[in-house]
Amino acid sequence: MRKMLIATALLAATAFTAHAEDVKEVQMLHWWTSGGEAAALNVLKQDLAKEGYAWKDVPVAGGGGDAAMTALKAMVAAGNPPTASQMLGYTVLDYAEAGKMGDLTETAIAEGWDKAVPAALQKFSVYDGKWVAAPVNVHSVNWLWINKAVMDKIGGTEPKTFDDFIVLLDKAKAAGVTPLALGGQNWQEATMFDSVVLSTGGPEFYKKAFNDLDEEALKSDTMKKSFDNLAKLKEYVDPNFSGRDWNLATAMVIKGDALVQVMGDWAKGEFKAAGKEPGTDYLCYRFPGTDGSVIYNSDMFGMFDVPENQKAAQIALAKATLSKSFQSAFNVVKGSVPARTDVPDTAFDACGKKGIADLKAANDGGTLFGSLAQGYGAPPAVANAYKDVVSKFVHGQITTSDEAVNQLVQAIDDAK
Amino acid sequence: MALTSATQRDRPSASAQTPLRKSLRAHLQEWLPKIVLAPSFAITLFFVYGFILWTIYLSFTNSKAFPNYTLTGPRAYQRLWRWTFESNPPSSWYTSITNMAIFGLLYIVICLALGLLLAILLDQKIRGEGLLRPIYLYPMALSFIVTGVAWKWFLDPGLGLEQTLHQWGWTSFHFDWIKNKDYVIYTVVIAGVWQASGFIMAMFLAGLRGIDSEIVKASQIDGASPFQLYRRIIIPLLRPVFLSALIVLAHMAIKSYDLVVALTSGGPGGSAWLPSNFMYEYTFKRNEMAVGSASAVIMLMTISAIIVPYLYSELREKTR
Repeated sequence: MRKMLIATALLAATAFTAHAEDVKEVQMLHWWTSGGEAAALNVLKQDLAKEGYAWKDVPVAGGGGDAAMTALKAMVAAGNPPTASQMLGYTVLDYAEAGKMGDLTETAIAEGWDKAVPAALQKFSVYDGKWVAAPVNVHSVNWLWINKAVMDKIGGTEPKTFDDFIVLLDKAKAAGVTPLALGGQNWQEATMFDSVVLSTGGPEFYKKAFNDLDEEALKSDTMKKSFDNLAKLKEYVDPNFSGRDWNLATAMVIKGDALVQVMGDWAKGEFKAAGKEPGTDYLCYRFPGTDGSVIYNSDMFGMFDVPENQKAAQIALAKATLSKSFQSAFNVVKGSVPARTDVPDTAFDACGKKGIADLKAANDGGTLFGSLAQGYGAPPAVANAYKDVVSKFVHGQITTSDEAVNQLVQAIDDAK
Repeated sequence: MALTSATQRDRPSASAQTPLRKSLRAHLQEWLPKIVLAPSFAITLFFVYGFILWTIYLSFTNSKAFPNYTLTGPRAYQRLWRWTFESNPPSSWYTSITNMAIFGLLYIVICLALGLLLAILLDQKIRGEGLLRPIYLYPMALSFIVTGVAWKWFLDPGLGLEQTLHQWGWTSFHFDWIKNKDYVIYTVVIAGVWQASGFIMAMFLAGLRGIDSEIVKASQIDGASPFQLYRRIIIPLLRPVFLSALIVLAHMAIKSYDLVVALTSGGPGGSAWLPSNFMYEYTFKRNEMAVGSASAVIMLMTISAIIVPYLYSELREKTR
């Protein structure tokens, strides 16, 4: 089987090297197929067209990118990788470990990426000293998205602590509005729990438990308290939340059916698409008790080990991706913030400006953490085991926080 | 078996014909079917049985995101074993196999019962049978994805049945199985039965039409009531149809994956998973190819445990 794969790979390689001249085309696999995302990607397309490179789109629809990753695996296994592919976190490192990625170090040093890109992101774009991916953006997860009209109606103010948050949710409940819009899918529940843990245990604790997977921290009373806090939040969710998509939960906030959603800043794209303005229609706060820290995930363009004649196109793509103009233009549309800290924030709205400032502060202060729920805290096996436990807790298969902590330790240990 | 014995019988008579042309033609006749079948046979051998062996091999390795060919022993099976017998509260694997038992049993029994009942009712020479038959059969033409999505909307308390009845004034009506971890697997049964029972009805109807009317008339003359007639004569005569229907339903139950994904996307906290969902998740999404392969092997063994005795009994009947 392996021989066959190698044979097909060789065949494919010779087929490509048969043309000696450079291929003026980039092939890009991604799952940004929704309207806003496609528009954002268009910016890159035009930038590359200016340099004379054609764009060959390989879109594989599906929000989480599962289908895209399956398609990518097949392409790479067949020895025919795309020039680049949208990838997340540990997936990049998996492919790099398997020796499938290219090397962009020269370009990276020439362009000064190593200084501009936050160190936390470099953990995923640099493998074994070599640049293997170009980060496109930084999303952060510890946000509250609040409907301003509802907030005014119930007379709420920005919650600074977890207890404030509970008080605020109680006010909404008393006013007959669904306090918390939650989508009952495991990644959404775990994304919210990321923030709860950071709020309950503080930055040190989050890093220890969810980035270093320290067993003492995972077993600790602080983790139990985090689960208790999650159980409190669950009380404010409408009974029909199970299985709801994240954008439907966002829509509840947009329409004023619900007060608040805890979600990554991609939710801002939905507000934007609905024609809402930050400050007047909706409010963005950091999850109470997590101000100053940023839990991030990031989209990366993984750069594959392509034949020699496609390298020039790949380098052009990487340069264009990390250019300040693209980083700004793209992230204004996408709702995220630039992956380099030296991009001016002039084009961004209030929430975007706050996001950029927070990222810079967190990067300088060492409080920038990979989101475990989004696959930036630990490899996929661990991240999924974590999502399982959180989801089972939210849906009642696990009933006490003691049990949840035991399960979490066991599941993470199993998956390691 | 039958094929080889026939060719063996032909061979002496072919070599007895001395002229060369004749024997060439005879040879060709003998070989032609084999030559024509060879490519599809080879493809099947490689892509089905070859990959089964490959999967079995992978299940004994430490494969993560990509196949890894160093054997590391039955670690994956040990994990599945532990997840089956030593996990409390239930692991995803335990949930998957208990769901399989619930879903498989109910799906098969209800489909058979409902299919038989519909077939018997339709067999009463009623008017408009030509119209009713395709109406019941039509769900089978839909893919499981469509069935899943349609039922998802229908069963969603905020959208479908419950919401509608509330709007009509029956506000005490309550039906939220699709959001309930303990009952969600039964909604999968409902959608699955809706899809397949029409097809089973068609199978039974064909079986009923194939029954010798002389036997029915004779028993009617002997004074059998309709109930006795069906219970003692007709249903026992349908035994071969039961067996075929059982096999079709059993393998549909074991392979069903898309229905769960479309209907509940795994259910609250993964409580609607079937083993095929487990296999896909672990192999392709969680980068645990070895565990995924091991679960696939266990699924194959489960199917074999049903199919092999059936094939054995069928073949034994033929040779008798």
